[in-house]
Amino acid sequence: MKLDSKIPEGTLQERWTRYRSTVPLVSPANKRKMEIIVVGTGLAGASAAASLAELGYKVKAFCFQDSPRRAHSIAAQGGINAAKNYQNDGDSVYRLFYDTIKGGDYRAREANVHRLAEVSASIIDQCVAQGVPFARDYGGMLDNRSFGGTQVSRTFYARGQTGQQLLLGAYSALNRQIAKKQVTMYSRHEMVELVTVDGKAKGIIAKNLVTGELERHSAHAVVLASGGYGNVFYLSTNAMGSNVTAAWKAHRHGALFGNPCFTQIHPTCLPQSGEYQSKLTLMSESLRNDGRVWVPAIKEDALAVREGRLKAGDIPEDRRDYYLERKYPAFGNLVPRDVASRAAKEVCDAGHGVAPTGLAVFLDFEDSIRRLGRNTISARYGNLFEMYEKITGDNPYETPMKIYPAVHYTMGGLWVDYDLMTTVPGLYAIGEANFSDHGANRLGASALMQGLADGYFVLPYTIGSYLSSEIRHAAPSTEDPAFVEAEQRALAYQQKILGIQGRRSPESFHRELGKIMWEYCGMARSRDGLTHALGLIDQLHKDFWSDVRVSGTLASFNPELDKAQRVADFIELGRLMVCDALAREESCGGHFRVEHQTPEGEALRHDDNFAYVAAWEYTGALNEPVMHREDLVFEAAHPTQRSYK
Amino acid sequence: MESTSLNLRLQVWRQPSTQASGKFETYELPSVPVHASFLEMLDLLNEQLITEGREPVAFDHDCREGICGMCSLYINGRAHGPQQGTTTCQLHMRHFEDGETITIEPFRAKAFPVVRDLVVNRSAFDRIQQAGGYITVNTGNAPDGNAVPIPKTDADEAFAAAACIGCGACVAACKNASAMLFVSAKVSQYALLPQGQPEHRERVLSMVQAMDEEGFGHCTNTGACEAECPKGISVENIARLNRSYLGAQFSGGGHAAGGGSSMA
Repeated sequence: MKLDSKIPEGTLQERWTRYRSTVPLVSPANKRKMEIIVVGTGLAGASAAASLAELGYKVKAFCFQDSPRRAHSIAAQGGINAAKNYQNDGDSVYRLFYDTIKGGDYRAREANVHRLAEVSASIIDQCVAQGVPFARDYGGMLDNRSFGGTQVSRTFYARGQTGQQLLLGAYSALNRQIAKKQVTMYSRHEMVELVTVDGKAKGIIAKNLVTGELERHSAHAVVLASGGYGNVFYLSTNAMGSNVTAAWKAHRHGALFGNPCFTQIHPTCLPQSGEYQSKLTLMSESLRNDGRVWVPAIKEDALAVREGRLKAGDIPEDRRDYYLERKYPAFGNLVPRDVASRAAKEVCDAGHGVAPTGLAVFLDFEDSIRRLGRNTISARYGNLFEMYEKITGDNPYETPMKIYPAVHYTMGGLWVDYDLMTTVPGLYAIGEANFSDHGANRLGASALMQGLADGYFVLPYTIGSYLSSEIRHAAPSTEDPAFVEAEQRALAYQQKILGIQGRRSPESFHRELGKIMWEYCGMARSRDGLTHALGLIDQLHKDFWSDVRVSGTLASFNPELDKAQRVADFIELGRLMVCDALAREESCGGHFRVEHQTPEGEALRHDDNFAYVAAWEYTGALNEPVMHREDLVFEAAHPTQRSYK
Repeated sequence: MESTSLNLRLQVWRQPSTQASGKFETYELPSVPVHASFLEMLDLLNEQLITEGREPVAFDHDCREGICGMCSLYINGRAHGPQQGTTTCQLHMRHFEDGETITIEPFRAKAFPVVRDLVVNRSAFDRIQQAGGYITVNTGNAPDGNAVPIPKTDADEAFAAAACIGCGACVAACKNASAMLFVSAKVSQYALLPQGQPEHRERVLSMVQAMDEEGFGHCTNTGACEAECPKGISVENIARLNRSYLGAQFSGGGHAAGGGSSMA
């Protein structure tokens, strides 16, 4: 298979402008006749569904939650980047582009990233017009904060609930279109199969999660905005329902999966406290603006803290190691996420960790409270501090937070071209579900930017390029053999799971998978470990299909069955991630292969051999996947070793 | 030494479907870690039920960090349980006693029919939002974000109203099952911002009408909604809604009575 990224002609700066002026259009009369399915209603899905409906397309939107407002974008805390340069601190489209490419450790596609930076400013305008209550300064102007991996202040925010406010903005736009009957909303529905006719995506099989019924939905194009797959690690900051099933069904159906092993481990999360734990909670990266990260410099002190004999406040300044400030004086506590996470793992592995498990570092606000006052800190982070206290019982105004890295975001996803179309014609992937913009590491506050860029300002243009060639065809009948066959396949899959009646819950398999992935495909990966993990996952796959136990029936509200299907897909995905991590014999961004590091222990890329996107083809659950390569060409941002020192 | 785990007796509402009648069932759940969250405690219960070959308890949950609004539950007679300003997912077992009996029910309101066990249907909230919970602005239509300065106090107050997570605790806590706190929070967010002014009157009338049509009860200013709201949404929003509603009726905004479509 030849991968064509369809990057338009021209210089980096003029491509998107020229594309928009020359892309084929669909006339209003034809738009009315065309149907688009959007799976997922987070920032990308809700903004796309609303914008496409505004253009006149008929849209069907699907979410597995009970309301589109609950998609996991809602939980994003810190902010959204945009190259507005309101702070007069030297920001520009080029600088946002450059920071994103560099932050992604030179494994993202330049053309897409430049476009993202170009549309970023319009996102803020759009959200303000929708009534999103961004933070403002006393003159009434929009306020900004800084985020990791940048030296300008370009992050817009709404307290620690930016994702919530942006999503509710997109949800309100979606609601307006639902009221106008331009969008039909299907809540508590999960996509369980993709339907293709003559090789083109023409619909989905969706499961009504309340009744258990399988439904056939046909359309002219299908858009997957189904989010990331961090829950493959079981413990992550994702919502419990976040899953890979929609994307995985597309993958099984021919859509290539790009860079699956690129996972973001977020440095500031609450440490795990016990086996019963179901998820990890993120503390916004914005905390690193005013919090200082440290561990006891002396191992005996760290041990005493772990055993409760010593408190953080008892350790004098000269016995503390502010290791990020020490190692990275230029960026200090605001180094990118991958660097901060690895540094935390390093000090904890060396015996300086502070929680009872030894897996935590301090995030300390004492200096900031002294400098700015408790009120200012409370205005900036009050809700985060409250959340921390609720979960841990500790008051961060008085004692430093304890944090540790956790799986947070997946840069990998379905491979898409410049149009955001996957390798299946008519099937698009937007937001976290695609692989395109963040390379091997995403910068903070860029997920919200990308989700909304794709949904509001990119897909509404690019989808016309495909649909303009489909105007002569009605959406296929749902009686088409392709629909009948897809429904049969979905039904058989669920019946097979229900029929096993083994001894173990789906949850227990999920936990086991998560442990394997975290241990061998987490913050540090090695050839031996990954090879070992392959064997473990293959065994887990066999065990699942012979020993899982799901009660209840098909035709009912049966969350255990839905969970089992998601776990089955995660197991296959986990295997692909390990294959990808094995094949990428270099370190870059969130992918750290211990065999490939600089003498200082930093990630060592091998640009000569690995400056490409690995796009994987599905060949069967336990078969070896086939890799296709998209070589990355850097015209503007020439790869150098990232340095934040 | 403080105990690190609890032995609990759980009285859980079980109801196979909307049409079926439900009843309480009692379960003994030993060794629940005090640092577990309430939903993790229910995970442990379900793991136990599955191992015994019994049907697990259905309950809604998703983000488990207090922001998506998917979790619900009436715990010992209170929406989201005993802790102030806390969703069920952020409620931790350290707030319960060893040997305690905990009663767990779904949110109860005519407009929130039970789907199964502890899961209720809150789609009425979506329909109210569809009736007017938006500002009419197509993508691409927006002026610069700083074109209209918004006083910080207004932006902050609008944010406080917009922080509603749509969980429905206000309805569950209200003796009349009124949705006034929920509706007023959205109306207030837009009422406090210049962008929300052009459609303000129609919005108030349409959303209130939709709320009435969904079968929510009337507000009698008891304030249970504010007391139980996990996000501290203030009843001042209800006062603002009432003022706006009266104003809109007097100023002839009533032609919006047809609902959302008339505002499009």
